[in-house]
Amino acid sequence: MIPELGHFSLILALALAVMQSGFSFKGASANQPVLMSIGISAARGQFIFSGLAFLSLAYAFYTSDFSVLYVASNSNVALPLQYKLAAIWGGHEGSMLLWAMTLSLWTMAVTLFSRHLPEQFRARLIGTMGLISVGFLVFILFSSNPFDRLIPAAMDGRSLNPLLQDPGMVFHPPVLYMGYVGFSVAFAFAIAALLGGELNPEWARWTRTWTTVAWIFLTVGIAFGSRWAYYELGWGGWWFWDAVENASFMPWLVGTALIHSLAVTEKRDAFKMWTVLLAIFAFSLSLLGTFLVRSGVLTSVHAFASDPTRGLFILIFLGLVIGGALTLFAIRAPSVGLGGKFGVVSRESFLLSNNVVMVVAAGVVMLGTLYPLFLDALGMGKISVGPPYFNLVFVPVMTPAIFMMGLAIFARWKNAELPALMVRLKWAFLVSVVSALIVPSVMGEWKPMVSFGLLMAFWVIASACVSLLDRFKTNSTSLLNTIIDLPKAYLGMIVAHMGVAVFIIGVTLVNGYGKEQDLRMTPGQSVKVDSFTFEFQGISQDTGPNYMTTKGHFIVTHGNGTPFTLEPEKRSYDQDSMPMTEAAINPGLIRDLYVSLGEPLDQGAWAVRIYIKPFVQWIWAGCLMMAAGGILALLDPRYRRRNKDKQGASL
Amino acid sequence: MKARHKRLAFIVAGVIAILIAAALILNAFQSNLVFFFTPTQVVNGEAPQNVNFRIGGLVEQGSLKRAGNSLAIEFVVTDTVKKINVVYSGILPDLFREGKGVVAQGKLDNKGIFHADNVLAKHDENYMPPEAAEALKRAGTINQQTGKTLVLPDTKP
Repeated sequence: MIPELGHFSLILALALAVMQSGFSFKGASANQPVLMSIGISAARGQFIFSGLAFLSLAYAFYTSDFSVLYVASNSNVALPLQYKLAAIWGGHEGSMLLWAMTLSLWTMAVTLFSRHLPEQFRARLIGTMGLISVGFLVFILFSSNPFDRLIPAAMDGRSLNPLLQDPGMVFHPPVLYMGYVGFSVAFAFAIAALLGGELNPEWARWTRTWTTVAWIFLTVGIAFGSRWAYYELGWGGWWFWDAVENASFMPWLVGTALIHSLAVTEKRDAFKMWTVLLAIFAFSLSLLGTFLVRSGVLTSVHAFASDPTRGLFILIFLGLVIGGALTLFAIRAPSVGLGGKFGVVSRESFLLSNNVVMVVAAGVVMLGTLYPLFLDALGMGKISVGPPYFNLVFVPVMTPAIFMMGLAIFARWKNAELPALMVRLKWAFLVSVVSALIVPSVMGEWKPMVSFGLLMAFWVIASACVSLLDRFKTNSTSLLNTIIDLPKAYLGMIVAHMGVAVFIIGVTLVNGYGKEQDLRMTPGQSVKVDSFTFEFQGISQDTGPNYMTTKGHFIVTHGNGTPFTLEPEKRSYDQDSMPMTEAAINPGLIRDLYVSLGEPLDQGAWAVRIYIKPFVQWIWAGCLMMAAGGILALLDPRYRRRNKDKQGASL
Repeated sequence: MKARHKRLAFIVAGVIAILIAAALILNAFQSNLVFFFTPTQVVNGEAPQNVNFRIGGLVEQGSLKRAGNSLAIEFVVTDTVKKINVVYSGILPDLFREGKGVVAQGKLDNKGIFHADNVLAKHDENYMPPEAAEALKRAGTINQQTGKTLVLPDTKP
């Protein structure tokens, strides 16, 4: 009964989404407030019914209702509760429902927090989001209905892929989707601006908040995913340049460009067309990501469906959205106008150059991701583009962007003087060069790539510090007061940029000084890696809630410190005999120790992986700092106050 | 006049920078493509030597051999028609099994032995790596073709 209710709610949600876009667009073009308010009510109704559908599916998972095909193929009785619920998005149908539900959630939020926007603009915004909802709901109802019945019901379900039975599964997909789908607000903003033929800085300020929220979710979502891969896949890598990772990274790069470009549009009324184009790209890449990951084009842990009609549907939808948006852009962009002028050396030009670099970087990633797929689709053979390409190209492309990050903080809007910039930053530059030259030798071995990576990181930190010092000098009150008084948006920028530096330090040092050893070890044997001694004591058997496990026991000693144990596992889930490696990690601020079991060999020996990963945690810490910077920027009262003033005036 | 020259110089510099970047990117792209060959193609000598490429197919039953005191491994990859000996040193992925699909990346030596530096299996038991599936599919069609054209003389070098 409940699944039927869910199915019915989904149909209602589709009807309401059609009304939402129909009434909004009609109301906007005829300037009829009544029609526009019907559109808003329909959007809220759509949220309620999408939510109901989602809750119905959650209920089916909670009660292990195996008469629902989707539940039977993704869950089973023995699954712990949190994974039963996470299994909602463990397969294709449910993750599409999560997408649609997230979109309706964002739409709902937009209807609540957009009262101060001009009515027509707001209606076009909500209408555009309604169209996207229609696309996704049609897709779910006609090709991937999660409520399809399985008659007769299965005795037990097929369970969730053991790789996915991890806390990461509970957080990673919803957070990532919040980010992906959140770019739909920026996209709808771009379309509404193009349709109305006007882009006002006030609207850019409004969109900035939304885009930043989406970007924070995406940043955290990607970081979660990377961390998860690091401890789950047993390889000790944190980024594989795998097509599905790239699918989330491309919208991130363009989204990062977008939040910077929106800042210029808001403050200087410039980059208007560019901002609109970036907003279209960011969401298009999110859709492309969904297509790549969910259509079965790629075989990976993320891909479920190999049903070609689904892929075709998403491809057509993608074509309509991107093609439609770009056509609209081509026709209407001139009416939006170019906006303010700026000099060759100015904060605008630095931001624009950085924007271009980000887009080029996204293009580089796209080339490596899509080219093999195109060749394959055209039947021209199978090729793959591995990490060497991405590493080789990505670093040089991003280098100028990192360098300009430091300069842009100091450059004045509209027109800046290059010599003056150089004078102000000479100490920052000198300090970063000298420390980049010295630090690698202190770490043990001087390597050019390490020195180069550190130079980038130190440069960002040093220039941010100079900027902070300048602020302190001009303020005569106490240090603490100065920090509190700093505008939150400025502080957010500094924290996020420092996050980039922390991230670069992590990547540089783990690549430069990471130690990896694959060994054959017999019980009792010990091995020295770096300055750590790992003693393999043997294995023992144990059972978990729904798996059997073989635990390895390692004692690690380091100098005079207290020895500690690491217990990597090899799990085998009852449902199928699929083995799973659970690495044991001793995390630390300056290094992680990572041990994972390979396969059992003869005479009680085991294949063992022992890694030492210096500063690897800094990679995710850096990502979290970037996200924290975004949150600080959101807290800046400047945005809320002006929005409130506007609302007060309209009341 | 001066402003216009400045702008022109800026644009020219930008275009040159983009051209250089594009050239470097495409060059790196070209030299890092990893091609895929089926065991049949490799045995027929279609695969290059001393260049990284991928092979895919099934791990032949009973072909896995381990060295006694190291992580050196030997196994045979087959597309059911032709076979290749593969040597590898390291830890195999969780889902590596005899009789199941596998993809290996590495180089071919002049004795026809494939030295893998990377062995990939899939993330889920229910899927076969696409390259492995492709190898089997192609081998299937070749079987049919050779079956039909048995009267023709063998033209393979």
